[in-house]
Amino acid sequence: MIQIISLLLGSLFGGGLYLAGMTNPKKVLNFMDIMGNWDPSLIFVMAGAIPVAAIGYRLMLCRAVPIIFNSIQIPSIAAVDARLVIGSLIFGVGWGISGLCPGPAFATVLIQPQVTAIYLVALIAGSLAYKQFHR
Amino acid sequence: MTEFTPISSALGGILIGLSAFGGFLLFGRVIGMSGMMAKVLGHDLGKSAWRAFFFLGLIGIPWILSTTISPPHDAQPFNPVALILGGFLVGYGTRLGSGCTSGHAICGISRLSKRSIVATCTFMVSAVVTVFVTRHIFGVMQ
Repeated sequence: MIQIISLLLGSLFGGGLYLAGMTNPKKVLNFMDIMGNWDPSLIFVMAGAIPVAAIGYRLMLCRAVPIIFNSIQIPSIAAVDARLVIGSLIFGVGWGISGLCPGPAFATVLIQPQVTAIYLVALIAGSLAYKQFHR
Repeated sequence: MTEFTPISSALGGILIGLSAFGGFLLFGRVIGMSGMMAKVLGHDLGKSAWRAFFFLGLIGIPWILSTTISPPHDAQPFNPVALILGGFLVGYGTRLGSGCTSGHAICGISRLSKRSIVATCTFMVSAVVTVFVTRHIFGVMQ
């Protein structure tokens, strides 16, 4: 049951990324290129997604436990620290170089493997490198 | 140039939002791609089986859509160095910064997390600066 629901949530996410145009690295890079061929479409992705997600979050808070799992596991750290800022800075550089963040990379691995497969290998390597350096 | 697509982008956003909605209400969790990926890589598969199923949908549905309803955008030749460097920095940076676009920009902002708002502003600005430098200073167009 959990697996089927999770598959559905992943399907919604993947379908949404595809429909939104986030699976096209060129479109993502044009979104970032505010001094050039700016394509503001991706603002509408956030404008569509955030309010819907916010309702889900509020509904979750109204319940003591989520519907499927028996406990809420939401990050509780509040402090803005150097790791958060430096990590996000590094992420932004990688995103700006490639036009791909993790979700769209997975979503396109079967569509354009010639672009995505090599990126995913590097993505996993970067993630594992972090794990090595920080215990 | 890419076409300005406010309607399909907003509709796609709503679907992404519904996924995050379900992640919160059904699972009580943040649907964050980089974190879920790290957990799938780090745990035994039994513990992370539900996450693996999420990725199955994430990978499968766009492929099905691209072969049935709407053809994919033209596959573009991409500089492999950009893909390798980009991928590595995203992999490392999202772990150090505890999240990527989904975890911070969608789920984090939707719960008004100060950390996620700071993270999102940071990676947006750094991406815009990176694109400015690569496209307009070094003249690399991709």
